[in-house]
Order: sequence, then C-alpha cells, then structure tokens
Amino acid sequence: MTTAGLLFMLISVGAVTGLFVWCLIKVLRGKKDPDHLAHVEPIETKDLEKR
Amino acid sequence: MLCEPFPMTQKKTEAWSSKIGVIMAVAGSAVGLGNFLRFPGLVADRETGGGAFLIAYFISLLVVGLPICWVEWTLGRFGGTQGYNSSPGIFHAIIRKPWGKYIGLLGFIIPVGVYFYYVVIESWCLGYAWHSFTGGLDLGKDPTTYARFFSAFTGQAVDGSILGFPGPFLFFVGVFILNFVIIYRGLSKGIEFICNWGMPLLIVIALALLVRVMTLGTPDPTKPELSVWNGLGYMWNPHDIAKGLSNPAVWLKAASQIFFTLSVGFGVIITYASYLKKKDDVVLSGLTATAANEFCEVGLGGLITVPAAFAFLGASAVAGGTFALGFNVLPQVFAGMPYGHLFGGLFFTLLFIAAITSSLSMLQPGIAFLEEGLGLDRRGSVALLGLVTAVGCTLVVWFSEGLKALATVDFWIGDIGIFLQGTILIYVFNLVFGTERGWTEAHHGADLRIPRVFKFVIRWVSPAFLTAIFVMFVLKNVAGWNLSFTKAEFLPTEPILDLVGGPGHPASGVARLTVFFLVLFVGFTALLIRRAGQRWKAR
Repeated sequence: MTTAGLLFMLISVGAVTGLFVWCLIKVLRGKKDPDHLAHVEPIETKDLEKR
Repeated sequence: MLCEPFPMTQKKTEAWSSKIGVIMAVAGSAVGLGNFLRFPGLVADRETGGGAFLIAYFISLLVVGLPICWVEWTLGRFGGTQGYNSSPGIFHAIIRKPWGKYIGLLGFIIPVGVYFYYVVIESWCLGYAWHSFTGGLDLGKDPTTYARFFSAFTGQAVDGSILGFPGPFLFFVGVFILNFVIIYRGLSKGIEFICNWGMPLLIVIALALLVRVMTLGTPDPTKPELSVWNGLGYMWNPHDIAKGLSNPAVWLKAASQIFFTLSVGFGVIITYASYLKKKDDVVLSGLTATAANEFCEVGLGGLITVPAAFAFLGASAVAGGTFALGFNVLPQVFAGMPYGHLFGGLFFTLLFIAAITSSLSMLQPGIAFLEEGLGLDRRGSVALLGLVTAVGCTLVVWFSEGLKALATVDFWIGDIGIFLQGTILIYVFNLVFGTERGWTEAHHGADLRIPRVFKFVIRWVSPAFLTAIFVMFVLKNVAGWNLSFTKAEFLPTEPILDLVGGPGHPASGVARLTVFFLVLFVGFTALLIRRAGQRWKAR
C-alpha cells in the first residue's frame, strides 16, 4: 500500500468511526426528558384516555 | 393544524420505546448487503474506484445523503404528528390537495417491491451461513465448484429449479415467514427488539472478522505479493484522482451508492420517523443513524471483504460484482483459512442480520398504509401484505434463470424508483412544505443544531445535484448513454432490450411478465390509495 493509500484509508475510516462514536456518546448522554418516547407498548386509545 | 388528526378511537398508537431504539432501527434498515459487498467492490474498481470515488462518495454524503436524510426524518415526524404513518398519508397531510396522496405512492411501492427479491437474497445468506457452519461449503480449491454451487442454490440454470433443490426453498419459506412473525409483533416488540439486539451483534461479528482478516498476513508464503497489506493497498490506493473526478461515471456510482446505502428515498425513514413525537429529536438521531451506517460501510465493510479476497485469490477475484464476491469468492477464501467453517458461518450470519433488519423495514411502510388507509387491524394488514409479497416473491423465486426476474424488479423499482422518490422528497420539502418552515420543524426538540450552511445545501445544492444525477442515471441506464460529453453514444441497455428486443438480444418473456406484474402492482396500489383518500376525506 502506498503512503497516499494509507492516508486515504486512515482518514476515511477514522472520520466515520469518530463521527459514529461522537454521535453515540451524544445520544447516550443526551437529555432525559420523560416526555420523550415514553411508550413501551402499543397503547389502545381507550387505555390512553383512562390514563 | 393542517389536517384533521387521525381519529384515535380507531387506531392503536404505536411508538418507539427509546431514542436509541429508533436509531438502531433506521441504522438496521440502512446497513445491508451493500455495506459489506457492494461498497468494497466499488472502491476497488480499477476504472471508477480509488481516491476519486471516495472523494465523490463523501461529497455525495454531504450534499445528498445527509440532507435528504434530515428532510425525510423531519417530514416523517411531521406526518406522524398529523396522525399519519404511511408515505401516502404523510404526503396527503403535507400537500393538502387531492393528488397529494399519490405522491406518496412510491413510498409504498419501493419498499414492498424491493422486498420481493431482497428476502430471497436474505434466504441465500441464511442458507450459506448454515452450509458454512456445517461444512457444506468446503468445496475444495476449484473456483468453478463454488460458482456451480451458487448457481444451483439460486436456481440460475432453469426457471423453477429451486423446487428440485429443497434446501434453498425451505430457507426462503422460513425467512419469509420469520419476517412476518416479527412484523406482526409490532414496532416496539418486533422491529425495535430485533434491531436493538441485531445491530450490536452485527458490529461484534464484523469486528471479530476484521481482527481475523487483519492477522492473515501472507496466507501463501510462496506468493508474497498476495498479502492483506497489499489487499488494503489494492482497495485504498488513490490512483489518478484528477482523472477520476472528471469522469461522470465516478460521480454517478458514488451518489448512487450513498443513496442506496442510506435507504433515503426508500419510504422507510419517513415511516419510522412518523412514530416519533413532536418534541423528539430528529437531527441527532438522523446523523447518528447515518454515522452508524457509514461506520459499518467504510470502517468495517471497507476493511474486510476485499483485503481477504485479495490475500487468498489475488486481484482477479475481486472484480466480479456483488454476488460473485459474496457467494463465489468469499466461500473460497473461508475454505482456505484455519477455522474457515466458523469464520465463513459468522460472515454469512452477519450478512443475514444486515439483511433481516433491512427487510423488516421494507414491510413496515406497507403495514402502516394498510392499517391507516384501509382501516385494517394488524392481523388483516399482515395477511394482505403477506399475500401481495408472496405473489411478488413467487415471481422472483420461480423465474430464477439468470436471476432475470430479480434483476428486472431491482432495476425498475430498486434503482429508478428510489432516485425518483428521493428527488420528489427534496422538491416537496422545498417547494410545498417550505425550506424555512422545514428548517424550523427539524429543530423542534433537536439535541443538535444543523450547521446553517446545510439550509443552503438543502434548498439549492441537493435538488440540483440530485436532479443532475437522476438525469444522468436515466440517460445511462435507460437511454444507454456512454457517459461521454465529447463522443456521446446511445446504445440500448439490457433492461430495455429485455422488453423490446434488439439485434442479437431477443426480448425476454420473463422480463416482460415481471414489468407487467409491476404495472399491475402500481395500479392496485393507486386504487388502494384512492380508497384510503376517501376514508381520510370522510373524516
């Protein structure tokens, strides 16, 4: 592999890996708003109204 | 409020159970066979690969992939807040004209149509995983044996021959049923559950394979030029970048790969995002799903398949296309390495996981439309979609000679359809929804601000770039343009010759039948959308 090839590989792989890790950290450490995505199961509307 | 929300008394409200769940589901939809087989082949291509391809690939990611991804997430969440989860319903809510719902037709046609053949390929992956683990793929050193096995396994010799080779047929039936069992369990218990386990498992398997490949060294000491290091060089050495970037074919391939790999314009992201709530983030979620896909494609797929194939079999083995690399070359590679049964089995298990998380995502848009458009319950929608896809899959499985039916559906639905839908999406976002309004809508509840330059990109660059690429794609693949501006020639392409025939290329009855079926499918879907429109209007 040439030096240019090595650079292309390292920059490409490094960039996407860094971006993925950064995003994951940001998501996992993100705000914990209880109003966000609160449901676990599909909810029947009548049950929703009862609640 | 733009439209009357869905009357909640008739509908079960489905939702994602966690933020990471929806990200995993979208990433699972995007990560597929192309990440591990198609992308490495494109980078390694001597004519249109190398550094020029990578530069065009990352530019396409920034000006088409990521912007359309954000657009789809935004429009999907907006549609969900209006009470719609299907593409026709969401476009109905956005456009507010009688024809608006038909703009969403492709959001049903594409995922369901692609499912016709994708589930067949998925069953090949499971079959190959089984045969690898059990030693059935240890076919010696003769490459033709592997090609013959693949041909027999997929029934390429004669139409209908898969029924005479019960193993593949059973794998197909099993995988087909498994998809519907999972989808029947619903969004959270079905798709999200599978993706939450499947995606981390996929990454762990890929990392294990990566370690194995990187430690292969020089498998045959008598051929020192065939090493992993040289395999990496074969794939990543940049070649003539200036010449490559001036070649339209490089841009076309790079933009196409970005489009297909991210599942943008597929009808999936818009449906998945519709299950979010107004305050749920779409900016960081969209970016994370995109980053996960790129990590799997560039960071894992780019380092595993081609270097391994090169180290064992040399450069000639790499240049054979996606199916040849995956199902002819790699089994040969695994057969030649210590514990090859295990690593081969793991590799095809990885492909199967990548495939099933994608195929599930192809069913959900159909389920969403049948439920909200026709008022069917989960059982009814699964049954009807199962029937429609069973007919489509039977066509692909039966007419297996030369994989003609598969290639025909792939071209007209998987290629043309996706480009068309992506182009429609970006224009609807800018011209109907409004860029400013869309920008504000995207940032509701956002955990991250999109850099302002992307507003300009979404408004001007993405539509122009996508239109240019789409026109080029049609000119090349339908009109047969040789991609030369100075000596342009137009020769009929295979998909067109299959339909109309030409010198030395008689028309294909299977291709004609397949296109006829697709036309019926589109017509049937349009009728369903008309019926759904009446239902929505009556409300």
